[in-house]
Amino acid sequence: MNRALNWLPGLAGGQASPGYPASLRVIDGELDNRLARFIAVVPDADNPFPRARSGEVGLLEGWGLAKAVSEAVEADRHGQKRAIVAVIDVPSQAYGRREEALGIHQALAAAVQAYAQARLAGHPVIGLLVGKAMSGAFLAHGYQAQRLIALDDAGVMVHAMGKAAAARITLRSVEQLEALAAEVPPMAYDLASYASLGLLWRRLTVDNAETPSSADIAQVRACLADAVRDIGSSSDLSSRLAGEHRSASRQVREQLRRQWQGA
Amino acid sequence: MTDTARLLHSRSFVELGARQRARAMLDPGSFRELLGPFDRLMSPWLPRQGIVPQADDGVVIAKGLLSGRNAVVAAIEGGFQGGSMGEVGGAKIAGALELAIEDNRNGIPTCAVLLLETGGVRLQEANLGLAAIAEIQAAIVELRAWQPVVGLVAGSVGCFGGMSIAAGLCSHLLVTREARLGLNGPQVIEQEAGIGEYDAKDRPLIWSLTGGEQRHASGLVDACVADDIEALRERLLQLLDEPSTDRAGQDAWFLERLARLGDGCPQLDAAAVRDHYQGEAK
Repeated sequence: MNRALNWLPGLAGGQASPGYPASLRVIDGELDNRLARFIAVVPDADNPFPRARSGEVGLLEGWGLAKAVSEAVEADRHGQKRAIVAVIDVPSQAYGRREEALGIHQALAAAVQAYAQARLAGHPVIGLLVGKAMSGAFLAHGYQAQRLIALDDAGVMVHAMGKAAAARITLRSVEQLEALAAEVPPMAYDLASYASLGLLWRRLTVDNAETPSSADIAQVRACLADAVRDIGSSSDLSSRLAGEHRSASRQVREQLRRQWQGA
Repeated sequence: MTDTARLLHSRSFVELGARQRARAMLDPGSFRELLGPFDRLMSPWLPRQGIVPQADDGVVIAKGLLSGRNAVVAAIEGGFQGGSMGEVGGAKIAGALELAIEDNRNGIPTCAVLLLETGGVRLQEANLGLAAIAEIQAAIVELRAWQPVVGLVAGSVGCFGGMSIAAGLCSHLLVTREARLGLNGPQVIEQEAGIGEYDAKDRPLIWSLTGGEQRHASGLVDACVADDIEALRERLLQLLDEPSTDRAGQDAWFLERLARLGDGCPQLDAAAVRDHYQGEAK
């Protein structure tokens, strides 16, 4: 079961907008007394692309996300910028021959660009992780947000590649991979390790991460509203750099800045 | 010049390492490397896994001039860990682009060139590589609003994973016929989808679908040039003066094209993809 489907109606509270691929749900609701667009990628058993039928982010999803986000930017060009909330349970990008042939990288780039441009245009963009947030799928749907919020639940997972494929590519067994992941925080598959990297703004404990209660919905909506206020007028990703296990990222930027000015 | 004479004078770009590549693209004498190997900013994560780190983490950052204009070049060394993006190398690219944005904001126009030879995220630093790639992507989108960001995929590694998405964000994309560009590497697709979907050993199929010539013929890159330093630099300089096609902003066109494939998209060969995408202006 896709968790985004379970969370979306309660969080957004409106009707899904027409005009998007069936694997996207786009709902305009409100948040913190402003308009908010909630967006999810969901399974579509009839997806014309068979490798994208279980909620993966593929060609239609990438280009469709770009459409959903850039239309909101265009509609708010001269008015208050609505919040944009990516509700995230994406198991992976679509792995398939059709996808490569037709340029899935470009479709995902479209989604990335739309979210980034929304952020730069002054929209508060929030990524809400209710389930899996894997690799290219997460890059395309949520990773450009000013704030990332994750449910503190074993079913919430962020990673660059599934275990079997990652083991094959790095020439290890799955057991060896798991042993290393237990010691190397950026390689780990659990949320606590991910949180130690400093990329999450908040972790939220809810009663039922799969099928939320009304109290869960209220709690998450309150947190989303906090995020909108916390974002204020900031439009970049700089809040992610303070993590315990990101000291090298900071050090590189500091030294680069010193050398840049003299060069 | 006869063809033989041309061949004898041609100097391969693909055979160069990242540092030589960055130098070859910039105006003679203008190359100044930042965070070079003697700064010894290395991956803190690889040694813990029994892997020898490299003193520049496989990324070369250089400031310099491109036909007289301020530029920053980020060159990925495909020979180190498959050009994979770890925390340090990723931060070098993101940080350099962020500084270029700052310069533009302060009235110092600075463009960027990305020399992309990469399999994407370095799986040994998985989530920090992924986070760095998100930051590289954010910086490309922001810098593009000021000055061109040109991506060059020369080969032989190609450009995959999250960095292929970064390539898709560039103002212009230049390739050679030795390049491949795609989101998922063949081995990963075979692992995830089965050998019937994608046979990682079927090199002719893979090159026919993701090779530089095919990407150019399908309109997914802006130019495909022979593997020759002068030819590549000349084309790169031309692209800096051309308007971007803003490929990533063409969702309406691509959604309409994909809809034409019907309810059950068949497997397409290279010619079918070219026919499907070429012809009408985006």
